[in-house]
Amino acid sequence: MADLKVNLNLKSKQQNTYDAIVVGSGVSGGWAAKELCEKGLKVLMLDKGWNLEHGKYEEAFKKPWETKYRGRITDKQRQSHPFLSRDYPYNEHSEKYWMNDEDSPYAEQKRFDWYRPNIVGGKSIMWGRQSYRLSEMDFEANAKEGIAIDWPVRYKEIAPWYDYVEQFAGISGQNEGLPQLPDGKFLPPMEMNCLEKHIAGKIKANYKDRVMTMGRVANLTQSINGRGACQYRNLCSRGCNYGAYFSTQSSTLPAAMKTGNLTVRPLSVVSSVIFDEKTQKATGVTVIDADSKETIEFFAKIIFLNGSTLGTTLLMMNSTSNRFPNGLGNDSDQLGRNLMDHHFRCGASGSAEGLGFEDQYYFGRRANGIYIPRFRNIAKNDRDYIRGFGYQGGASRTGWQRGIAEMGVGKDFKESLIAPGNWTFGMTGFGECLPYQENRVTLDKNKLDKWGLPTLNFDCEFKENETKMRKDMMNDAAEMLESAGLKDIKTYDNGSFPGMAIHEMGTARMGKDPKTSVLNGFNQIHAVKNVFVTDGSFMTSAGCQNPSLGYMAFTARACDYAVKEMKKGNI
Amino acid sequence: MNRRDAIMRTSTLMGSAFVAPWLGSVLSGCSNTAEEKQAILEAFTPEVKGLIAEIADTIIPTTGTPGAKEAKVQDFIADIVADCFNEKDRKNFFGGLTDFQNKCQEANKNPFEKCDEKQRIEFLTKMEQEGKDYKEKNKDNKEAPAHIFGTLKSLTLTGYFTSEIGASQALEYLHVPGKYEGCVPLKAGQKAWAT
Repeated sequence: MADLKVNLNLKSKQQNTYDAIVVGSGVSGGWAAKELCEKGLKVLMLDKGWNLEHGKYEEAFKKPWETKYRGRITDKQRQSHPFLSRDYPYNEHSEKYWMNDEDSPYAEQKRFDWYRPNIVGGKSIMWGRQSYRLSEMDFEANAKEGIAIDWPVRYKEIAPWYDYVEQFAGISGQNEGLPQLPDGKFLPPMEMNCLEKHIAGKIKANYKDRVMTMGRVANLTQSINGRGACQYRNLCSRGCNYGAYFSTQSSTLPAAMKTGNLTVRPLSVVSSVIFDEKTQKATGVTVIDADSKETIEFFAKIIFLNGSTLGTTLLMMNSTSNRFPNGLGNDSDQLGRNLMDHHFRCGASGSAEGLGFEDQYYFGRRANGIYIPRFRNIAKNDRDYIRGFGYQGGASRTGWQRGIAEMGVGKDFKESLIAPGNWTFGMTGFGECLPYQENRVTLDKNKLDKWGLPTLNFDCEFKENETKMRKDMMNDAAEMLESAGLKDIKTYDNGSFPGMAIHEMGTARMGKDPKTSVLNGFNQIHAVKNVFVTDGSFMTSAGCQNPSLGYMAFTARACDYAVKEMKKGNI
Repeated sequence: MNRRDAIMRTSTLMGSAFVAPWLGSVLSGCSNTAEEKQAILEAFTPEVKGLIAEIADTIIPTTGTPGAKEAKVQDFIADIVADCFNEKDRKNFFGGLTDFQNKCQEANKNPFEKCDEKQRIEFLTKMEQEGKDYKEKNKDNKEAPAHIFGTLKSLTLTGYFTSEIGASQALEYLHVPGKYEGCVPLKAGQKAWAT
């Protein structure tokens, strides 16, 4: 009997053994699966969420009048999603894509907006798609200024990987030759509208150090790799049946599936990484089936953690052993610390009345805006804060919504709203947040989620450097609009809580020294050589650029390194 | 309260000043229970929806294109108030509607539905000014409940311009534009894009 049991266990272990396991299927997990599969490894990709299939986006083709609440969420949803419902990404169209806060609660010492998807594809379905490179300036900043620790990587090492991922993902944009925002391998940029062209021209004429360029965005302006070009519907976050923007479903998943090497297991809550004290390596992961709550173990030679910054951090914290009583690879006590996000929601807007565009309009709904790359603290630090910010924005003619604030009822009022309104332009800054040791998450083992896992406790805030930067983010915007001849300029600061930009990063940072960092320069856990972390948690500093493109590049590079190391017998 | 009761009491709302108590009884208690939901839906009786339809249709009337009533804005408003408002805002909505009707009765000796077009426009204009003054007075009080006119107007515009009639007849709706052009000369009589 005993023999039979051993044999059965061996058989099931064999069935559950792969060359590689990828935990998470979002932007970086999809890339890890694709790269490892294409290098010939048998890969198991796990995701907590349900299996959203490409082309089956229920909301994608709904007309405005085909949703009951025209995008709003109900009071009941607000109550079951107390965190998510505080901001726009959780809405009638996307509500099935997000986690239920009640299933997975978390605690806030200070407000933190944590957006957790509940689908295969993760946030690659709902992301904002703005795609910018980090620059040499960003990689050098910590060392030069004595902030936190130095990046173990420089721009020239990552540049070819940016080239590689841009060409596969399909990023449209304009090369500008700026050191602070490196050029890339782009598809043709989208077009600016009349007012944007006017303002771009004025900024160029009025400022030597500033450029307004078309947003670099992961939307195809031309068909590539069998994916369709953008149809300018601007409903991306519902999922795109044309495959016209980069998502796991449109891009990396089909490439990985084509190899025949990929197995995807949705509804798989990974509860811990299994660590073998003898070999000092991870041997696999423990999964709780989200539906049946059954516990299953899967095994592999290498493991990629791509469960999003805080999902991965929670998983690592929950993976304890004699060797790592404080979480997998956490010799440095840096796991969960240095939590960063971008701060935004402040800038300026103005009206273009009298600039002569009244007889101009546009056609189509462009899922993109303009970008003004960082211009502060470049040649030298001459502000009362360090680092800087970029702007996103755009021009349009106002629509019927203006009628809500205007006085009037009846026939003339209705007719006035049917005509295109004034041209307006708005811009919001996205500012860099410094890594602070005390901005952190900790594990609460007393408060458990639906699957019996510990939950996170957030203690994170923007500080003085960010607050000071926000004054420039408002005033510089207003000044540029004024010099471009806009009228009725208004500055605003709607306040920004960490997490709201959904650029959370930094909680398992990379560095040269195992005493002060969790990962080395190849996203490899210093002390557990066969585990790689390539979601946003590796970031040593935040830059002010939207970060997802960097996660793609670092993931592709880490996969290349991991497989080479495996072949050398080092893993 | 059963449905029949609700309708009878709602009918009272149409012409009487003594309407607030029943609204209170419907709306007190915890939201989102089956009972509560039923009670809220019952508050949107045909009579209440009829009143909302007349207000919405005065704000956005039929011109060359159909108005708010034909676009069924009253159904949209009922759905939003019943399902998307929290209990406090819902209560405030019905309280505001009662107050609206009482003021109309006082000014015109008639409930809103029985007023002629001139009276309706005058009354709504007066209510809009009242709402504006209220907002100005409460500009520092973020907790101040919304004025009923602002709520009705914003929901009417949203409901109308996102309806099939509003988006595709009053405005111009493109389901799949297929291209983007940044600078296009405006044509004579060009309507605004719906989205």
